[in-house]
Amino acid sequence: MSKPRSNAPIFWLMFGAGGMLSALLGTALVFITGLAVPLGWFYSPELLSYPRVLALAQHGLGKLFLLAVIALFAWHAAHRILCSLHDIGIHKGLVAKLCCYGSAFAISVVAAVNLLRVGF
Amino acid sequence: MSETITKSIVIEVMRYRPEQESEPVWERFTVPYTDDMSVLQGLQAIKDDQDGSLSFRWSCRMAICGSCGMMINGKPMLSCQTFLRDFAPGPIRVEALAHLPIERDLVVSVEPFVKKLESVKPYIIPKEPRALAQGEYLQTPEELERIEQYSSCINCMLCYAACPQFGIDPEFTGPGVLALLHRYNADSRDGGQAERMEVLNAQDGVWSCTAVGYCSEVCPKGVDPARAVNQNKMNSATDYFKRFLLPGSKRGGKP
Amino acid sequence: MNVKRHPPYRRPMTGWWKRDPFFMRYMLRETTAFAVAAYAIVLCVGVVRLAQGEAAWNGWLQGLRSPLSLLLHLVLLLAFVIHAYSWFQIMPKTLPMIKMGGEQVSAGAIQRTGWSAAAIATVLVLALAAWWQS
Repeated sequence: MSKPRSNAPIFWLMFGAGGMLSALLGTALVFITGLAVPLGWFYSPELLSYPRVLALAQHGLGKLFLLAVIALFAWHAAHRILCSLHDIGIHKGLVAKLCCYGSAFAISVVAAVNLLRVGF
Repeated sequence: MSETITKSIVIEVMRYRPEQESEPVWERFTVPYTDDMSVLQGLQAIKDDQDGSLSFRWSCRMAICGSCGMMINGKPMLSCQTFLRDFAPGPIRVEALAHLPIERDLVVSVEPFVKKLESVKPYIIPKEPRALAQGEYLQTPEELERIEQYSSCINCMLCYAACPQFGIDPEFTGPGVLALLHRYNADSRDGGQAERMEVLNAQDGVWSCTAVGYCSEVCPKGVDPARAVNQNKMNSATDYFKRFLLPGSKRGGKP
Repeated sequence: MNVKRHPPYRRPMTGWWKRDPFFMRYMLRETTAFAVAAYAIVLCVGVVRLAQGEAAWNGWLQGLRSPLSLLLHLVLLLAFVIHAYSWFQIMPKTLPMIKMGGEQVSAGAIQRTGWSAAAIATVLVLALAAWWQS
């Protein structure tokens, strides 16, 4: 009786990459964008002004950075949430996988498309 | 000269006698004890003096045979190395190992575990045919270090009682068996990695593990099955992609 | 002797994670994924607004200043800290034996390296942002 090979490695590697990126950078990014700049702590509101952020997003490396953060965070979360659903009794069926991985895919595509839309 | 036993402890045991009840029931026993008595000895005292029908596995009384695993106050433990004095005055709740089907009282079904163990070929598979005249294998201290802790497994199944993924899906190969798979894959004398990859790569191989890590917490022998399973996720992932990137390469690789 | 063999009794798994503090900590670790997802969505919306032009972008910035957003990001911040802590806490289990100077690198050493890396990366990002705004 042979056991079929699992395709989990694909999703697990992205889970790992996203997990590492979010573990290293997530705290600082959330602090800056979600608390410090809106509240005017340590940073001026200018930090996230349209011209500055546009310049960042138009730069090749800037695009890669933003896409990596958004997409990898999404794929990390999708895999972990799928596993957590399984932990509370919701089987990793096709529906669960489509909802979780499908959402991560959608977020990645939306981010990529819009990062291209801002131009170079 | 025997010590006069003056103290007692309450032991609550989850009983299950399929011929008389459809569900397990808790039964209370008051057991006289001395400070040197293990929980196992407490159960033996119950069986000897109060209820001869109490069923439980035991053998060596010294934490090496792996027979006496059970849930003691909700934690998987070997009853021969858990002491009544640490729970005084009780009550201590003793139950069959979690996640495993109960045959009777504290006796669980072991057959699925044994079948899984057999499936990973838990023996040295030589890299090439070897004649007796070649003598023994030589192994450096470092090569031994790579496998020593994983070879300490006594098949007690405490890790299965600890693992919620196994509890949710009994088809999961599980921590103990995967640790033994790793023990052989990582042995410098072994050449059988490719044959064991199928078990590793399956969904109920390493990919059912979510790194809860409780298995390593409860292991009485310091095997660290969580590490055995999780380090093999990278091996399995590498094997997954090697098919496309390096079609002719040897399967399994060196763990 | 003919003994009737009964099928073994299977105990239910419902609420398993409430049975032990170890499992509760595991579930806490896993739920940080919702925070990671939420932040990815926040950033993604930001990128969409950026592509829609200055007015839309300023609308997104305005949203970040709302009390609801500030409260959300406070919760997200806590979740990210728990994620970073628990990520490197479990890291030793994922690595094969590493030897340095003849000795095995301990689990504690691996964890401390990871936590230090997270602390250093945090400082670097904060410093980089400060430098970028000047």
